[in-house]
Amino acid sequence: MSLTYEDVVAKYEPVLGLEVHVELNTESKMFCGCATVFGAEPNTQTCPVCLALPGALPVVNEKAIESTIKIGLALNCSIAPFSRFARKNYFYPDMPKNFQISQYDEPICVDGYVDVEIETDEGPKKFRIEVERVHMEEDTGKSLHVGGATGRIHGADYSLLDYNRAGIPLVEIVTKIVPGTGKYAPEVAKAYVAELRDILRSLGVSDVKMEQGSLRCDANVSLRLIGAEKLGTRSETKNVNSLRSVERAVRGEMIRHAELLNAGGRVVQETRHFQEDTGLTRSGRSKEQAEDYRYFPEPDLVPVEPDAAWIEKLRAGLPERPSIRRKRLQEAWAVPEKEMAAMINADVLDIVEKTVLLGADPTKARSWWLGEISRIANDKDVAIADLAITPQDVAEIVALVNSGDLTDKLARQVVEGVIAGEGKPSEVIAKRGIKVVNDDGALMAAIEKVCTEQADTAEKVRAGHIPAAGALIGAVMKETKGQADAARVRELLLGHLGQPTS
Amino acid sequence: MSSLSRDEVAKLAGLARIEMSEEELVSLSKEFTVILDAVARVQEVASADVAPTSHPLSLRNVFRTDVVVPSLSPEQALSGAPAQEEQRFRVPQILGEE
Amino acid sequence: MIRNTAAQMAAKLASGETTSVALTQAHLDRINSVEDKVHAFLFVDEKGALEQAASVDAKRAKGEKLSPLAGVPLALKDVLAQKDKPTTCGSKILEGWLPPYDSTVVASLKKNDIVILGKTNMDEFAMGSSTENSAYGPTHNPWDLSRIPGGSGGGSSAALASFEAPLAIGTDTGGSIRQPAAVTGTVGVKPTYGGVSRYGLVAFSSSLDQAGPCARTVLDTALLHEAIAGYDPKDATSINAPVPQVVQAAKDGNVKGMKIGVVKELNGDGYQPGVRARFDEALELLAKAGAEIVEVSAPNFEYALAAYYLIAPSEASSNLARFDAMRYGLRVGDVDGASAEAVMNLTREVGFGKEVKRRIILGTYALSSGYYDAYYGSAQKVRTLITQDFTKAFTQADVLVSPTCPTTAFKIGEKANDPLAMYLNDIATIPVNMAGIGGMSLPAGLADEDGLPVGFQIMSPVMKDERMYSVGAALEAALLSKWGAPLLNRAPTLEASK
Ligand SMILES: [Zn+2]
Repeated sequence: MSLTYEDVVAKYEPVLGLEVHVELNTESKMFCGCATVFGAEPNTQTCPVCLALPGALPVVNEKAIESTIKIGLALNCSIAPFSRFARKNYFYPDMPKNFQISQYDEPICVDGYVDVEIETDEGPKKFRIEVERVHMEEDTGKSLHVGGATGRIHGADYSLLDYNRAGIPLVEIVTKIVPGTGKYAPEVAKAYVAELRDILRSLGVSDVKMEQGSLRCDANVSLRLIGAEKLGTRSETKNVNSLRSVERAVRGEMIRHAELLNAGGRVVQETRHFQEDTGLTRSGRSKEQAEDYRYFPEPDLVPVEPDAAWIEKLRAGLPERPSIRRKRLQEAWAVPEKEMAAMINADVLDIVEKTVLLGADPTKARSWWLGEISRIANDKDVAIADLAITPQDVAEIVALVNSGDLTDKLARQVVEGVIAGEGKPSEVIAKRGIKVVNDDGALMAAIEKVCTEQADTAEKVRAGHIPAAGALIGAVMKETKGQADAARVRELLLGHLGQPTS
Repeated sequence: MSSLSRDEVAKLAGLARIEMSEEELVSLSKEFTVILDAVARVQEVASADVAPTSHPLSLRNVFRTDVVVPSLSPEQALSGAPAQEEQRFRVPQILGEE
Repeated sequence: MIRNTAAQMAAKLASGETTSVALTQAHLDRINSVEDKVHAFLFVDEKGALEQAASVDAKRAKGEKLSPLAGVPLALKDVLAQKDKPTTCGSKILEGWLPPYDSTVVASLKKNDIVILGKTNMDEFAMGSSTENSAYGPTHNPWDLSRIPGGSGGGSSAALASFEAPLAIGTDTGGSIRQPAAVTGTVGVKPTYGGVSRYGLVAFSSSLDQAGPCARTVLDTALLHEAIAGYDPKDATSINAPVPQVVQAAKDGNVKGMKIGVVKELNGDGYQPGVRARFDEALELLAKAGAEIVEVSAPNFEYALAAYYLIAPSEASSNLARFDAMRYGLRVGDVDGASAEAVMNLTREVGFGKEVKRRIILGTYALSSGYYDAYYGSAQKVRTLITQDFTKAFTQADVLVSPTCPTTAFKIGEKANDPLAMYLNDIATIPVNMAGIGGMSLPAGLADEDGLPVGFQIMSPVMKDERMYSVGAALEAALLSKWGAPLLNRAPTLEASK
């Protein structure tokens, strides 16, 4: 029995709950001085503290606290005048102490909200997602499962543990339950995570790379009959690792729950794992017998009591909210909605803005980053930000095109050269001998040569049939190996054939 | 009169990850009847108007600056490992979730 | 030479009368000759100690300025991590583990050129009052080898009392420095919580644990106290303030005009007559020395023991979770097909002793959902009440005093099967840990009925540790002039059979 999504939302109302874990981008870990470089050799970023060697003690990273307060402020939270760390006790080999230092009933930020806007059948509509709490905790190590048929944890012969990630600061952002999204639940969930990602990026507190796990989403979904009060049983889908997956996971769980309920079954409260390939979730640990985490105040750490002055200083340093900034830039640049969305999707807004601030025309800046440069990044399968080309380079190239020192075609060669690591635009131009031919004598020689070779065509132009000039211009450009300025060629050619030049 | 049944002790031993023989479970269950009676005395004076103290010091806001300090070498980190492979701690198969 | 005080040894080293190598060798020889009877050490680092001694001698020969205790040997409780030296905490689960780092206390000892002779025996993970809970066999009290040397730091106190070392480090969670000092006729101090770094001290109960100095005289204890105390950025619960002037206080030993408060609730019923007699005598001597003796009341102290046996096991159940056979220490049952969970369960069954398991289960229970408020939560409230009692008492007196323990050393095995009777040993020492204040035990003489040492406890407010040294030094001086010789001169020499 397979239900369509329309069947599901006609009968049931989904209720969401989203938990997002963000790895902060501090230099050192949450409770020790080990580095946090992604992809380092295994167990090279560990010490007595993050390996939980007997006797070692944690000390809180101040920057992590600041980042968390900033996140709370950006999400419209109240900052608790008194908050504490607590131990969450459970055994798991990737967690060296067999407890996680987290926060329990005294989190640092509470009661905030995030507004998101999505397209609905009735046009754009705003949804408010209420944030229950923002708290600090630490990440676990990573395990590699060896042997067995699937390479997964199940059936593995043994596991290998790397604790480089253990103790990296994590911030957990937990929403209150989100009712009232109806059939838009999957889109709202995606928009919320996207908005959160943009906010976190604008704060500069995290790399927010979902694919590297620096931003991870757990989606709680439950269904209840439309009009019902009582909440249904929820499932918790773990580690959904892309925006698209957030949407797919929520939609998939809604359908799965509805099928169970329609068949007279019941939803089991459990953890499920999202599978990118199928878009389905797989059952994980059942939470029927709730874990007893035995939380208690972490006796190795003292409470956090941020004073008002500290909070206000952090508040004053908050950047413009991304949604507001987007509206402002869209107006200033006179960009259509669709183009704006394209820039956001391609993640080039910051870089275009920087390029514009360096003097480039917004349209040109946008077309370089979104066009040629994005294409190269795609081909190389790297992020645009990781290419060896800067807003300064692009602004310089745009200026050279404007001044007539480069043609669009030559400019593309310069971009290519810069990305290939040949240096700054000026260096690429020098090394490659790129130069616009603006020596009229040389151009005239080429024009005369072409007019002789294509005498018939030249005659047509001379007779006033201007469109025929195109073929001649093309031939001249070819003759000058593309280094000529096409407009100048046209001017000289028409003059040469006795026609008005404008 | 507080007490802990054999089954309750078994559940706690499970939470604490300690294998226990039947004999041990039974004898601990007996001991706990006595011990819990003794410690339950705290409830006599723990009225609602008394604030809890979780720590003897009233220190606040103790932080370190976000500066990287040298880690252990991987050899040192793994020096106590009962088993290792590929510069990682080798552990028996992990049951449960991923 | 080994019967000298640490201060005397330091003076002889400074004057060139002896060398650290000779002094260290003398102690190693003593260890060799009496250790089979006392069993104070789990590891004797003969090579390391002699190397360290030689390096101090070399520094001295070069005319370098050295710290007051440079070159004097010390016994280190096996609960403190020392780089590349076995650190077992008296447990099978850590057998063979070599820490890749130094605890801050050890780093301070090394910086002060104090020679570390080895690691001393203790109740497993510091849980006990007799050292019988060591996985490596009990330590014997040098006063009577059939008796316990106290616990958990019985190895350290026995090493002092048997002249195997003039200085020792202990740790005190509910009395583990003071009670062993009391029953072996030595001196032990639990500094103010946060006064000495806990970094590298293998945690039993984080909010109660405190490392401290042990020696045979108040001055020696003070000298060691200053060597290991001070702020440590690696311990977030370390106090960032100057170290109390304990050496000066111990040298002055002045109690004139001080108010000494006798805690009414820590005396009387349950206290052995000989203990009470020595305690009363000490009060008279202090009064003669110019102190004013007053009585104070601390009505909530009677709940301290119950609260302690909830708080300490709760924290311990979490602190000891890391001993799971994954990264270090013992691993049991790692056969083909065994799961990590099964290996953890088996390792912890085999690796932990009975008392440790008992407390882990008790702590797990006290923290578990549904019982937290009734047990752990209530215990925390009692902690508040005890602290309030102290605060009030310290408005009436500069220091508080009591017998350190209700009884003198009991026989090995006597209370091994009665946990509650064993716990009662700590009834007078526990309140100090609950409030995080300072506490000292020093010898008050021998009980008439059994000829065994009696301890006198002095308690001082947070970061006023110098006060207990003033009182301790005054009492020590008065007792010494009364006895004519140090109390330990009356202990058996232990060498007859060899
Ligand atoms: Zn670390």
